[in-house]
Amino acid sequence: MKYVDEFRDADKARTLIHEIETLVATIDLAKERPIAIMEVCGGHTHSIFRYGIEGMLPKEIELVHGPGCPVCVLPMGRVDDCISVAERPEVIMTTFGDAMRVPGSKKSLLQAKGDGADIRMVYSPMDALSIARHNPDREVVFFGLGFETTIPSTALTILQAKADGVKNFSVFANHITIVPTIKAILDDPDMQLDGFLGPGHVSMVIGTTPYEFVASQYNRPMVVAGFEPLDVLQSIWMVLKQIKDGRAEVENQYARIVLDGGNAAALAAVAEVYELRDFFEWRGLGSIDLSGMKIRNAYRDYDAEVKFIMPNVKIADPKACQCGEVLKGQIKPWQCQVFGTACTPETPLGALMVSSEGSCAAYYQYGGVKKHEAAL
Amino acid sequence: MNVMPTSRRRTLGRINVAKVTLAHGGGGKAMKDLIDDVFVSAFDNGLLAPMEDQARIDLAGLAQHGDRLAFTTDSFVVDPIFFPGGDIGKLAVCGTVNDLAVGGARPLYLSCAAIIEEGVELDVLRRISKSMAETARAAGVQIVTGDTKVVQKGACDKIFLTTTGVGVIRTDVHIGADRARPGDVVLVNGVLGDHGAAILGARGDMALDSPIESDCAPLNGLIEMLLTAAPNTRAIRDATRGGIATVLNEFAQTSQAAIEIDETKTPLRSEVKGFCEILGLDPLYLANEGKIVVIVPPEEADAAIRAMRAHAYGAGAAAIGFVRCGEPGRVTMKTVFGGVRIVDMLVGEQLPRIC
Repeated sequence: MKYVDEFRDADKARTLIHEIETLVATIDLAKERPIAIMEVCGGHTHSIFRYGIEGMLPKEIELVHGPGCPVCVLPMGRVDDCISVAERPEVIMTTFGDAMRVPGSKKSLLQAKGDGADIRMVYSPMDALSIARHNPDREVVFFGLGFETTIPSTALTILQAKADGVKNFSVFANHITIVPTIKAILDDPDMQLDGFLGPGHVSMVIGTTPYEFVASQYNRPMVVAGFEPLDVLQSIWMVLKQIKDGRAEVENQYARIVLDGGNAAALAAVAEVYELRDFFEWRGLGSIDLSGMKIRNAYRDYDAEVKFIMPNVKIADPKACQCGEVLKGQIKPWQCQVFGTACTPETPLGALMVSSEGSCAAYYQYGGVKKHEAAL
Repeated sequence: MNVMPTSRRRTLGRINVAKVTLAHGGGGKAMKDLIDDVFVSAFDNGLLAPMEDQARIDLAGLAQHGDRLAFTTDSFVVDPIFFPGGDIGKLAVCGTVNDLAVGGARPLYLSCAAIIEEGVELDVLRRISKSMAETARAAGVQIVTGDTKVVQKGACDKIFLTTTGVGVIRTDVHIGADRARPGDVVLVNGVLGDHGAAILGARGDMALDSPIESDCAPLNGLIEMLLTAAPNTRAIRDATRGGIATVLNEFAQTSQAAIEIDETKTPLRSEVKGFCEILGLDPLYLANEGKIVVIVPPEEADAAIRAMRAHAYGAGAAAIGFVRCGEPGRVTMKTVFGGVRIVDMLVGEQLPRIC
């Protein structure tokens, strides 16, 4: 497949791995302990497991799988709220596929669907709007999830709904923004990260400038990375090169997609429809200031939180669950006390076990069990 | 011959309304007419024609084919009922024929039970039964008994079919999921994931126009050629729901062996590859309805591939991996990129990823 296969070329991979090995051998830090690089985005985690990248890297490099999987960091209370709306007889709830299995305190959307709620999987919020047009006597709600990658699409859908006068459509906004979370991770006293792979598709929207603080204030290299396996390897090499040179900069490996200034039209749509919440709850990480997006008052008619009364109860994560420590890179998934026992993809206790982008599910599915067994 | 003498041919009933009503399930004349019009006329064979409560099959005739009876059943609830490359009727025949054939059996007779939702158009049913009849003819099997129920609107989705099949296993054929041994070669008979991608595309939920057709096909002819060319074939299974990943895991677990496949050798249509890229799906887990995974001893691998390639349903046959010593039950894949990853069983349904 054109423009895809080129980025999965095994010969080029071998060359890059060799370059990485050579470079790592010259870095003094790597002789003391493994160099820890966090890939912030779940899409990278998926690629890393899907292509077996971790096993190709020299042992001096440790990849830490970050919090950038939107369904993984969704708190249970918000899932409960979504289900409470979905179970209203007049409602058609629409959602991205992988939100279906995220556990709430009592059930997931998939289980609620089994209990009779009208919950439909869509590929785009525009599909949800079209369902609203075709079902004028029902209330269609879109379960808005995701970082800046998906925020413009729900913003544009709301703008479209308003322009077309569609009244029976609303968005349950759970959108989050990655920058405050990276900051929260960097502020954590237990943080032991030497560099970051920056999220490629978020950056396509917001550009690279918002990450400058990572380099300037925290002195950590960050490379905005693409999602094909060669992108990931090249980005790792670029982080290592900065460490070797004693630099800390924001570099853009994914320049074929990401402009430094981002996408102005998308940002304008987001700014028109959304504003920052004072704080938002992240599963495993707790409340983070200015990290969630809320629909502005001017578009309140399209805000499901205004349209429907929700229980809005904060549900604590299960006690045994160590998702937070995994998200912050303090422990590896298989070091969690319930990994593979009480918490499996079949019966996920923590959200990291739910999505294929969640690091626990990825370890479990693609290679974690092996590591887990090796660690025993 | 194994066909019992039939009574004189009766006149078949005919239905003159456009849609099925609950009256067609009432057990009276309307139901008889429905069965005649839709099923008996299409399936048309001597075992079905007497309309007894059971088909009567001559044992001596069966025994000519081998020494063991193979017996299987499967239900079909596919949505949509017509999709690119097939329909629920074709699927119901192929599915059961293939379930018999992968055990090394020659499929001979099928039953067909239909649960029909009231309001379904008669022409839809006629299309489905015609498709079943054509597929059965192509596969060399007869549909010899059946049942029809009509249920209220909403109690089922248009039509559900259950087919049960019997076949006979040749005396010299011994295949089973427990027989894979290190060194054996893993084969498939062509490109993977077409059915799953065709159905997902046809549902329209994903608003993708895809030209992908289901690979739905009866594979008994292909398997017969394969077994002739590679008589020591260890195991065959059709890679339906759960895709080849599931079958490979079943083989690895039952045989207590490890299996490694090579992503670069796994045949995929570029359309299916693109479909999976866009939706974030893994083609190894997509359903097939005309694809088998075969384990053969290394010395018979070439002959097996040649035999399959000589058949219309095996033109894309390829060796994709091998059975090896290693952690029992573990399936791994060497990725196109040169890494290795575990190919586990799928937990639930594959769900498209957010971004």
